[in-house]
Amino acid sequence: MIPLARQRYLLDFTVASLLRRPGRNLSLLLVYTLVVFLLASAMLYSQALKQKAAALLQGAPEIVLQRLEAGRHALMPADYLERLGRLRGVTQVQGRLWGYYFDPAIGANYTVMVQESADQAAGDPATDAQATGDPGPGQAVIGVGIARVRGLAPGDVLSLRGYDGRPHAFDILRVLPKDTELTSADLMLIHRQDFRTLLGVPEGHFTDLVLSVRNPAEVTAVARKIAERLPDSRPILREDILRTYESVFDWREGLLLALLAGGVLAFLILAWDKATGLSAEERREIGILKAIGWETGTVLRMKLWEGGLISFSAFGIGYGLAHVHVFHAGAPLFAGVMRGWSVLQPSFTLTPQVDPLQLATLFLLSVVPYTLATLVPVWRAATVDPDSVMR
Amino acid sequence: MVRHVRPSTLGLGLLVLAGLTLMAACLEGMRSGPEVNPAMARQVAAWGLTDLALFTEARYTRHPSQADRHGPFQDHPGALEHFPTGALLAPPAHLRVVTEP
Repeated sequence: MIPLARQRYLLDFTVASLLRRPGRNLSLLLVYTLVVFLLASAMLYSQALKQKAAALLQGAPEIVLQRLEAGRHALMPADYLERLGRLRGVTQVQGRLWGYYFDPAIGANYTVMVQESADQAAGDPATDAQATGDPGPGQAVIGVGIARVRGLAPGDVLSLRGYDGRPHAFDILRVLPKDTELTSADLMLIHRQDFRTLLGVPEGHFTDLVLSVRNPAEVTAVARKIAERLPDSRPILREDILRTYESVFDWREGLLLALLAGGVLAFLILAWDKATGLSAEERREIGILKAIGWETGTVLRMKLWEGGLISFSAFGIGYGLAHVHVFHAGAPLFAGVMRGWSVLQPSFTLTPQVDPLQLATLFLLSVVPYTLATLVPVWRAATVDPDSVMR
Repeated sequence: MVRHVRPSTLGLGLLVLAGLTLMAACLEGMRSGPEVNPAMARQVAAWGLTDLALFTEARYTRHPSQADRHGPFQDHPGALEHFPTGALLAPPAHLRVVTEP
C-alpha cells in the first residue's frame, strides 16, 4: 500500500476513534487550546511591550544626572553645570525642569515638563514661544490622557492650584497627538516661568541634567568622571534605562506566568491522566487491533496521530487566538493586571511580531510532552499478549 | 445522494486550520517587525523622555528608571507599598542573583 494512503487510513481510524468519545476529546482540545492561548498571550504581550520600550527609548538621553541629598533625589543647583566643567567627549549639557503635579479633581498625577527650543532657552529675543510652537507663559500643551479625563480641548482653560495655594490658569494651546499616548498621555508642557511658580522650584535650580556624549563607547568613562567630580550625583545611563524596562517586563511576564501556573498544572494533570491512563475500553481496542494483525509499530503510529492531532491543533489555534487577543483586541484579559491602577491610562496598540525562540519554547513545552505521553502507555499495552489485554 | 465524508478529512481539516492560523500569525509578525512611531520617537529625542507613560499612578512607577532605589518607601520609612504596579516591579538586581559566600 502507498505509504501516504496507509497514513490516511490510520488517520481515518484515529479520528473515528476520537469521535466515538466526542465530549471527552472535544473538552480536552478546548482546555488545551485555552492553556496555549493564555501562555502565548502572556509571552506575546510582554515581549511586544519590551520591544516597543527598547525601540522607543533608543532616543532617550545618553546620561541623566541626578543630585542626591540624604539619599533622595534633590534639585540640581545651576552652578553644578560650571562645576561639571568641560568634559572630553561631552557635546552638550542641559538642565531639565520636570516634576509631578497631583490633580485632586481627578486623582491623577501629571508629569509636568518645560518644553522650549534651544533658542528660547538661551533667551534669544527674536525667537518667541509662538514662533516655535512651544507653550508661552500661561499656556499649556497637554497629553491625550489629561484631555480625555478632564474633558479639555484646545482653547479651554485648565486651572491648577500652585504649591503656595494660588490658582494658575492655563490656556490649552494644543493636545498632543493621539498616537503618542504611550509616551505622552500624562504630559503637561508649560513655560519655565509657569513651572517655577506652579511647583515652587526656585530660580537657579533644575530637576536634573542631561548630557550628550559624542562616542557611545565613552559613556561609561564619562559617567565615572562625573561621579568623581560631583560625588553627590547619580548618573543614569541610557543602557540602565533600557535594562530597567527589560527587567520590569521580564518580571511582569514571570509573575503572570506564575499566576497561570496553577491552571497549567491542573491541565498537565488532566492531560497526563488522559494520556497515560488507558481505559479498559482503550486497552481492549488495542488488544483487538493486535489480534486482527496490527503490528505494534502501527498501533503506535495511530496513537501518534491522535496525540499530534490534538496537541498541534490546540497549539496552532491557541497561538493564533493569542496573537489576535494581544495585537488586534488590545489584550483585554491582561490589561488590568499589566497596567495597574493609574487614572491616566494610555491606549496604544502593540506591533505584531514573532520571536522564533519563544515560539519554539512554547511548542516544545506544549506539543512534545503531550504527544510523547500518549505513546508510553500504548507501547506498554501493545507489547503484551493480545489475549491477556482483552481479558 | 449524500456524500460520505472520510473521518480523516475532518482531522486533516483541523490540522490545516491550525497550521494556517499559526502561519498567518507568524507571517503578520514577521512582516511588521519592530516598528517605532516617528512622532513618539521625536518626542523622546526632543524632550529627553526617559520612561513610558504606562503606569502613571506614582512617581516610582511612572519613571521607574529615574526613581530612587527605595522608591516605594520614600514617603515614610514604615510606609507600606500599596500600588499593585509597584508590587509587580522587579526587585533590585542584588536580591535576584545568588551571591557567593
